[in-house]
Amino acid sequence: MAGINKNPDRDWIKQRLIGASLCIIAVFSLLFLRLMYLQLIKGEEFRRLSKTNCVRLKSIKSSRGLIYDRQNNLLVDNRPAFDLTIVLEDANPLRETVSRLAMLIDEPYEDLMDSIEKAGRAAFYKPLTLKRDITRDQLAIVEAHQFDLPGIYIDIEPTRHYIYKKTAAHLLGYLGQINRKELESGQYPNLRSGDSIGRYGVEKSFESFLQGRRGGRQVEVDVNGRVIKVLKTVEPQSGNDLSLTLDLKLQQRAEELLTGKDGAVVAIDPSNGDVLVMASTPSFDQNDFIGGISTKKWRTLMDDPGRPMNNKAIQAEYPPASTYKIITALAGLEEKAIDRNSTSYCPGFYRFGNRRYQCWNRHGHGEISVVDAMAQSCDVFFYQTGEKLGVDVLAQYANGAGLGRLTGVNLAHERDGLIPTAAWKKSRYRESWQAGETLSISIGQGFNLVTPLQMAVFIAAVGNGGTLYKPRIVKAIKDTNGSVVKEIEPEITGGLPASGENLSIVKEGLFKVVQGNRGTARRVRVKGINIAGKTGTAQVFSRKAGEKFENKKLKRTLQDHAWFVCYAPAENPKIAISVIIEHGEHGSSAAAPVAGDLVATYLKSEKNSLATPIETAASQVAPDNQE
Amino acid sequence: MMFDRRLIENFDWGFLGIICLICIAGLVILYSAVTAGWDGAGVHPLFKRQVVWMGVGFIVMMSTLVVDFRELNKMNLFIYILCVGLLVSTLVTGTMGGGSRRWLVIGPLRMQSSELMKISLIMSLAAVYSNNVSLEGLGFRNLIKPAILCLIPFGLIVIQPDLGTGLLLLLIAGSITLFVKVEKKVFFTLAGLGFSAVPLVWFFGLKEYQKGRILTFLDPDRDPLGAGYHIIQSKIAIGSGMITGKGFLQGTQNKLNFLPEQHTDFILSVLAEEWGLVGCGVLLVLYFFLLFWGLNIAYACRNMFGSLLAFGVTIMIFWQIFINIGMVMGLMPVVGVPLPLVSYGGSSVVTNMVGFGILLNISMRKFTSG
Repeated sequence: MAGINKNPDRDWIKQRLIGASLCIIAVFSLLFLRLMYLQLIKGEEFRRLSKTNCVRLKSIKSSRGLIYDRQNNLLVDNRPAFDLTIVLEDANPLRETVSRLAMLIDEPYEDLMDSIEKAGRAAFYKPLTLKRDITRDQLAIVEAHQFDLPGIYIDIEPTRHYIYKKTAAHLLGYLGQINRKELESGQYPNLRSGDSIGRYGVEKSFESFLQGRRGGRQVEVDVNGRVIKVLKTVEPQSGNDLSLTLDLKLQQRAEELLTGKDGAVVAIDPSNGDVLVMASTPSFDQNDFIGGISTKKWRTLMDDPGRPMNNKAIQAEYPPASTYKIITALAGLEEKAIDRNSTSYCPGFYRFGNRRYQCWNRHGHGEISVVDAMAQSCDVFFYQTGEKLGVDVLAQYANGAGLGRLTGVNLAHERDGLIPTAAWKKSRYRESWQAGETLSISIGQGFNLVTPLQMAVFIAAVGNGGTLYKPRIVKAIKDTNGSVVKEIEPEITGGLPASGENLSIVKEGLFKVVQGNRGTARRVRVKGINIAGKTGTAQVFSRKAGEKFENKKLKRTLQDHAWFVCYAPAENPKIAISVIIEHGEHGSSAAAPVAGDLVATYLKSEKNSLATPIETAASQVAPDNQE
Repeated sequence: MMFDRRLIENFDWGFLGIICLICIAGLVILYSAVTAGWDGAGVHPLFKRQVVWMGVGFIVMMSTLVVDFRELNKMNLFIYILCVGLLVSTLVTGTMGGGSRRWLVIGPLRMQSSELMKISLIMSLAAVYSNNVSLEGLGFRNLIKPAILCLIPFGLIVIQPDLGTGLLLLLIAGSITLFVKVEKKVFFTLAGLGFSAVPLVWFFGLKEYQKGRILTFLDPDRDPLGAGYHIIQSKIAIGSGMITGKGFLQGTQNKLNFLPEQHTDFILSVLAEEWGLVGCGVLLVLYFFLLFWGLNIAYACRNMFGSLLAFGVTIMIFWQIFINIGMVMGLMPVVGVPLPLVSYGGSSVVTNMVGFGILLNISMRKFTSG
């Protein structure tokens, strides 16, 4: 508390209040002076501007960034489209003008009025889009009758154009119109109703880079809505361009090879994780999505049993089948359950409990070591290896190899697959793990699920000596002048849980799959290039022990999926490929030739400086073998 | 009965009269702002809702008269804690609901809790300062408690995020503090701190769009398609009203929806367009009387707490008027502060009415000192 003589009295308060009053008077005078300035001095001018209502906003759309492949081939660009717009304030009388327009361009009057209704009344002075992308003929007619069509304008809008129809559609993705919720979220301050944003693929993942900044003009217009004077201009900014890791030629070749089949191909550069090919068939035409896809086209796509809207490379999960034997072998060698020389005897089946687990070769492989078991895909050898390891140890190695988890590719909707453990089954089905199930798992059947991309990353790691890369789809982001805005570096996500020595044993087996005399994929040898790989045939439904189906007699949808994973050249891999053909029956006959063709296309086009040619094996091929 | 006769005799009918006149003017302007360009039949629902809010506001104002304002001196800490609690709870529930974090929902009513906080802070500061005013002014020690009282709600409001209301809170608190007088060295230190904080706030405190607004204010050409365009349209509306205006419901800028937020923050441009300089002058004079009357109440009160409280409420109204009108006329950056009793909005109406209730309360008990 202050002292008695220092205590403020009423005079003190009065003095302070007078000070405050003076401040208030000053501020109010300022406000009033400003009012006088606006309403008296500038009043006439503002009255004139408001009478003619002549200030309009004209938007200048920015162009979206372009997309190139790794060799700078343009994949996606923008073409000019002509949009018909209307400014309600200028279109007088409205109904007459619109009906005249409808007659001239031969479009239903109701459709045009509908698009006005939809926009609501809020935007009286802003141009509304009447019809997007009108034809050249319609454009000519509207231009010729401009004086009879007050308030009707033509906007030239850059529109997305996918140069190679259906090529890499899943990877590139498509656009869709921004919806109200997204607009209100505040994440797209630069966009407005009617604009497009990436909905799928790279278009979606790299939206923030591809999107440009809208520009615009404040203009003064006359009674007929013609621009008299440009008051202010903000130039639009184009979006940034993307350089993909994709190889257009190889992608096109892959899609050609998959024509008529449902399946996926992924090719990766094992030295850095670059995605050279990501194909999924059947595909779709991205150009259909521009300006909104028609309901009919959308239904057709959705009803197609081949699931064209699904990127099978990352969204489809398949049992890995015999390709999984690579994991079983690595785990067995690392855990010392087997070694290079240990053998198993394969009589064509393996008795476990009271069940017979078949080997695909009913005649048996006889005494067989890990390298040959890999080359000939002997089931019995891996049953026994898996039995020694148990499901959880197998899962540990599978997870270490990047299976059962996302690869981290920068695309939405990636699936992580499934690597089962005893605990997983317990919590999922409330049932204990059966030892027999481990046998199925060890040859890649049962609960196991993987995506083609996961397998590509995995086999690339086997090829490059054990390094798992995050699949890279975009190398660099560049501005319109071509200077790099952002470089995306290769990223290592882990290493295979295997020693170099054990890895080389497995690689020897993979080499013999193609290059060995009895390898399951010996038919796909490419002259001059050594390929190392593994076939797989994934059962679509589980068969009872001892049952043998004639695959050809089964309905197509029940036939097996064909797998092939490989890398080449085996000595110094430049490409790793994973192929799945749905219901293609045998990995060796359906999937492997696709991979072989791609290896040849890629390595031969790259340059012909390859390892010493080796003898093509066509002459030595035994009768067609199931793997 | 706790109302004795003297209270009724001392009731400040003049002040109530001014409030009523401003309310009527506000409703007339709002009617035009919401009706223009509206197709629906009958009266616009927003107008009806505003009438209801004003009714609610009057009831709340009258109920604040029941309790002697000096009771507020004792209750202020409780009220303060309650208001901070409400701020925290809107933050928490808002976050969980994923919606806007400014609203406090009680049944059908939605209040912005930051609005109530303004009144509560004024009460707390009046209570603290009334205990340690001195002729030399306040020293650093005296400012510790007020600073804490002020910064807690400021922080909570800024993370909502509602920088506009947060800054308004600081302006009100700063005005009261300066009114009470601070020592010279304190004044210069605080001023120095304030200036040195500007670059810090600019680089770390402000979001991109907030910086944009300030830059656009300094240079309207920077964003001729967004805020700059709104300011230009607002200026056209105001200027085109000239001396007598275009007439009730005749504003073309208003009717054609050229104006942004014409029924809330930009409502003054509707008044200016339709009623001209005359109409705006009348409203400014009404506001001026309102503020002057408020300061007079502060003077007439023989209780330091009452005087400071009356000053605080008056200055709160003042800042709202100044910021809103300054913004609409292009003298200030665009910040969302409503025009008292004129802009549409229940929270603002009710809060201001509570403030006026407090002023009436002080006014009718001015002769009871102590």
